[in-house]
Amino acid sequence: MAVVTPPVPAPARTTSPARRPRSLLPLNLVSVAAGVGLWWALAAAGLQFPTPAEVAVQAGRMAADGTLLDDAVASLLRVLTGFVLGSAAAIVVGFLMGWYAVARGLFEPWIQFFRTIPPLAMLPLVLVLLGIDETPKVFVIFLAAFLSCVISTYQGVVSVERTLINAARVLGAGDATVFARVVVPASTPFILVGMRVGLGAAWATLVAAELLAAQEGLGHRMQTAQLYYDLPTIFVGIVSIGVLGLLMDRALLLGGNRLTRWQETR
Amino acid sequence: MSTATTARIAVRDVSRHFTVGRERFTALDRVTLDIADNEFVTLVGPSGCGKTTLLNILAGLDHPTSGDALVGGEPVRGPGPGRGVIFQQYALFPWLTVRGNVEFGLRTAGVGRRERRERAEHFIRLVGLEQFADALPKTLSGGMKQRCAIARAYAVNPSILLMDEPFGALDALTRVRLQEQLLDTWNAERRTVVFVTHDVDEAVFLANRVIVMAARPGRVFATVDVDLPHPRTEQIRLSPEFAALRNRVWQAVHHQ
Ligand SMILES: Nc1ncnc2c1ncn2[C@@H]1O[C@H](COP(=O)(O)OP(=O)(O)OP(=O)(O)O)[C@@H](O)[C@H]1O
Ligand SMILES: [Mg+2]
Repeated sequence: MAVVTPPVPAPARTTSPARRPRSLLPLNLVSVAAGVGLWWALAAAGLQFPTPAEVAVQAGRMAADGTLLDDAVASLLRVLTGFVLGSAAAIVVGFLMGWYAVARGLFEPWIQFFRTIPPLAMLPLVLVLLGIDETPKVFVIFLAAFLSCVISTYQGVVSVERTLINAARVLGAGDATVFARVVVPASTPFILVGMRVGLGAAWATLVAAELLAAQEGLGHRMQTAQLYYDLPTIFVGIVSIGVLGLLMDRALLLGGNRLTRWQETR
Repeated sequence: MSTATTARIAVRDVSRHFTVGRERFTALDRVTLDIADNEFVTLVGPSGCGKTTLLNILAGLDHPTSGDALVGGEPVRGPGPGRGVIFQQYALFPWLTVRGNVEFGLRTAGVGRRERRERAEHFIRLVGLEQFADALPKTLSGGMKQRCAIARAYAVNPSILLMDEPFGALDALTRVRLQEQLLDTWNAERRTVVFVTHDVDEAVFLANRVIVMAARPGRVFATVDVDLPHPRTEQIRLSPEFAALRNRVWQAVHHQ
């Protein structure tokens, strides 16, 4: 060992599962096609499902009269607002916790406590306190994104290798420089993992929140459709949520991979 | 030999105790040592004799429990760009390219962009990495990473270089090549070097003076002056004088 190191948790290998060999793509397509085929077959066999064609027609209708876009935009706005605010807060708080023991002592109990409560369980309280407009929904999404990301950011900060910090210090770096030019880049992979988890949590919370209390949005649309046994609309909702979630996840992953290209890949 | 007043590095009765649980462990026991300007000193000794601890104290990354570590007559209070450190694990910033790593210290020193470029370029060329200036560390071999770490330490122009088993992880061939390169650069741009190694051959080949340490407690056990001429060539490595010195150091390390 070149340096006296205090016990630091081994830098957890953050995975970047994006690097999928290209040769898997045909298989993915085959799998999707087979799934849709199976769905079609089941619908044709008399199950209560609408066929993919019926769903597509319904989607076309909803797209044409604008409801699909309105709903998607309403949902996306909520999720993005909550997610961006939640991640930003998580990064700030996570860095504070990792860098200052005082901040860790102050924040930790609250974070540990709220982590055990599904953000949705806060919705009744939040609805009473914040009213029934956008704020309560955005708030629970914020909470979901924040709680998913904050621990991961904190982990990233405390697992920065001591040697790298020492290397910076012997090159003349003061605390601020060590923070900005070592701690921040070294914890980026952890933050990105946290943000991906946070995005998933935000999206899940959004839909549930809309099911419970909203006047528009994909979740609300499905909730209304349920009253009329309108299965095609429900399917359109499910597929839209899945596709939007997937697209956002991929976008984050691609952006993240650009930032963490320096990482050794397995 | 250097005296206390001309010594670049003066270690005065330095002890370092570690307390682990209830145990008090003496890693360094009243070590006293003078290193002159532009001297190349190697430190050898069994594992755990406190070589790294001593180097860290000189670097300002650790502090003596008692005694004084003086550099240029001043007690060491913390790390500073006047003392370059080359870590055993390279410790390159993996998110920076070779150039970015080499420029790191220049940026913290506030060197302007143009000059930073030029100086980094100079040291990247010095270690023979000009083809890889824009490569990320993960794409470099162990020897190349090591050379990058050397260039990074050199770039801030430290008058003292502290190297902790820098070639420990390398194969024999690369190791010999880097030893020769290190001496070349030392001959070209003199610096005071403290070089830790496990390898007796390496210790003799590089040094003006070999300091042999002993463990439990960590202390200076013997000093062997190496009056072999420079440049150190393969002939020197194979000479009987070299063999004699190596034997002396070997005896000191292995029969303490
Ligand atoms: N932070 C620490 N806490 C407790 N003990 C320590 C600490 N750092 C070093 N030691 C102890 O001090 C002694 C000297 O350690 P040091 O790392 O300086 O040895 P070394 O000579 O560099 O050994 P090696 O050749 O194996 O690298 C060791 O016995 C080690 O256990
Ligand atoms: Mg050591």
